[in-house]
Amino acid sequence: MKTEDSTRATGERIPAETTVTGQKRLERIREAAFNIRSNALIQAEVQGQGYIGQALDIADVLAVLYADQLALRPDDPEWEGRDRCLLSIGHYALALYAALAEAKVLPAEELDTYASDDSRLPMSAMASYTPGVEISGGSLGHGLTIANGIAMGLKRRDNPAFVYNILSDGELNEGSTWEAAAVAGHHQLDNLIAIVDFNDQQADGKSSGVLGMEPVDQKFETFGWIARRVDGHDLPALLTALEELRAEEAGKPRCLVVDTKLGKGVEFLENREKLHFMRVAPDEWAKAHQQLKESYEA
Amino acid sequence: MSIHTSTATTAPKRLTSDAMSASLAREDQRVTAAPLGHALVELAQEDDRIIGLSADLAKYTDLHVFRDAMPDRFYQIGMAEQALVGSAAGLALEGFVPFVSTYSVFATRRAYDFLCLDIAEAGLNVNMVCALPGLTTGYGPSHQATEDLAILRGMPDLTIVDPCDAVDIEQAVPQLAAHDGPTYTRILRGKVPRVLDEYDYSFELGKAKLVRDGADVLLVSTGLMTERALEAARALEADRIDVAVLHVPTLKPLDEDTILRELGKDRLVMTCENHTVIGGLFDAVAHTLVRNGSGRQVTPVGLPDEFLDAGALPTLSDRYGVSTGKLVERIRAMHGAAHR
Ligand SMILES: Cc1ncc(C[n+]2csc(CCOP(=O)(O)OP(=O)(O)O)c2C)c(N)n1
Ligand SMILES: [Mg+2]
Repeated sequence: MKTEDSTRATGERIPAETTVTGQKRLERIREAAFNIRSNALIQAEVQGQGYIGQALDIADVLAVLYADQLALRPDDPEWEGRDRCLLSIGHYALALYAALAEAKVLPAEELDTYASDDSRLPMSAMASYTPGVEISGGSLGHGLTIANGIAMGLKRRDNPAFVYNILSDGELNEGSTWEAAAVAGHHQLDNLIAIVDFNDQQADGKSSGVLGMEPVDQKFETFGWIARRVDGHDLPALLTALEELRAEEAGKPRCLVVDTKLGKGVEFLENREKLHFMRVAPDEWAKAHQQLKESYEA
Repeated sequence: MSIHTSTATTAPKRLTSDAMSASLAREDQRVTAAPLGHALVELAQEDDRIIGLSADLAKYTDLHVFRDAMPDRFYQIGMAEQALVGSAAGLALEGFVPFVSTYSVFATRRAYDFLCLDIAEAGLNVNMVCALPGLTTGYGPSHQATEDLAILRGMPDLTIVDPCDAVDIEQAVPQLAAHDGPTYTRILRGKVPRVLDEYDYSFELGKAKLVRDGADVLLVSTGLMTERALEAARALEADRIDVAVLHVPTLKPLDEDTILRELGKDRLVMTCENHTVIGGLFDAVAHTLVRNGSGRQVTPVGLPDEFLDAGALPTLSDRYGVSTGKLVERIRAMHGAAHR
């Protein structure tokens, strides 16, 4: 565990003010997670229904990445030295826009154009529309294959940046994900970190019922990866896991499986029937913001 | 990497992309819910060879109706489209008749090789029933199957169907199963309009049908564009433009005889398709005409040769000229130019 400046060679983030478990640093990430969830609610309300459950479940992971772990320059989203964070699950777009707004890559005033005509923030994240979005996701099972190529390219150019790929448990169904896993293991892409959002949800129901993929972390290990699995809402655990994974032995790609809860942080959504498309009535958004605030202040 | 230009505003509420579960039907239309699912259940009650498979999209392709009615005849493959299509091939080799659902983009782009070699080359009776054809979602290129017909028309032995409405879908399902070979059908899902039962029409696999006659203009249309063609024809009565509509639900094999017969009459001709103007109905009609020595001009209405924008469907249908309103304008302009 790094105790001082955890910025890597190229990085510009993370002042050495605290340790990993230091309260100040954690407080900042917790606040970022709250802001990301609020930003997601603002967007979801424009559309009325959709992927708010997923955005709330991945918010803590995005807070750790965008408020702490990633090297990035808000005013230069294509900066050479940035860590590349690839979202292959295009439908999680509102979560990524929420994080990019929190990281000041996108103006927060733009969030309420989400999924609207002529917006830069389409319902499915696409690199051609939005600064800070690295790839066009949406057709699932592409992200890890592209991440491999970026990892290879970074190495060839002696660029010490990392490439992250956030993928879903549903994407584990796709053969292409495992082709990519084998390629990364074989080519020893140790600058690659895959983060699997295990929210146990897919389009037709619970992931475990649609197609059993467990044990996910062990599967990655047998493909030559170093894998960890943590509670995706435990901020210190997420921080520690990412820092330790990066510090691991050279020669192996790294995988972090995060167990998350659809709708996390908004009580009535946490308890609502779990669906790929969560229904939220027009008069429920105020309550959602209220409950989010309560869970943050608790 | 080009960033689309846009100015952020907090101005009045703009139209948004539909949720992926939305239906296409307008409020005032007669509709049938999940026609594919119900037709398949009915067929399966008579024919125990019928099996349903989906790749984590049963709920979004209306196959959940079949899954819930006959759970022991349904396989959830997971979001693995290549395994989906390969499994269907295996079931067909063992004498079953699979109906296989996913979105059109994933069946054609991801699983093409499996469909081509394991099913078409083997000549198996597997029926792909695929949702979100052409511009039926505002989600963007990942889900808009704007070139599925172009991809598939080159596949030998594959029968390709683009139904107009719930009537077409219901009548097609038993005929697809009865056809001893591979088929691909573009499915409309959710609340699907009923249009063709107002006309003297029935679906016949492999046949084009004149749904409405007219002396001035002939619209050769397929899929949901036939509904818009019929609406446009009705709207143009006020302009005293007499519009005929030839519905071509089977794109392959193409009913060349009927097409040549109808195009032989002296009318302005336009093709209408919910697909890029490359490689779909327009190309198929042009190909038929040229091969038969006709130099007749045909105007294509379809999606442009571009990756489409994300946005609300009404906005995009207007933007790309495939809404009923834009179709009316195009026909009016074409007719006006010809009679100046
Ligand atoms: C290749 C591909 N197949 C199918 C789909 C349709 N689809 C969109 S999301 C989804 C569920 C996938 O599981 P996951 O991402 O875990 O869903 P979530 O947790 O968001 O409910 C499916 C099948 C797709 N986008 N891409
Ligand atoms: Mg999931």
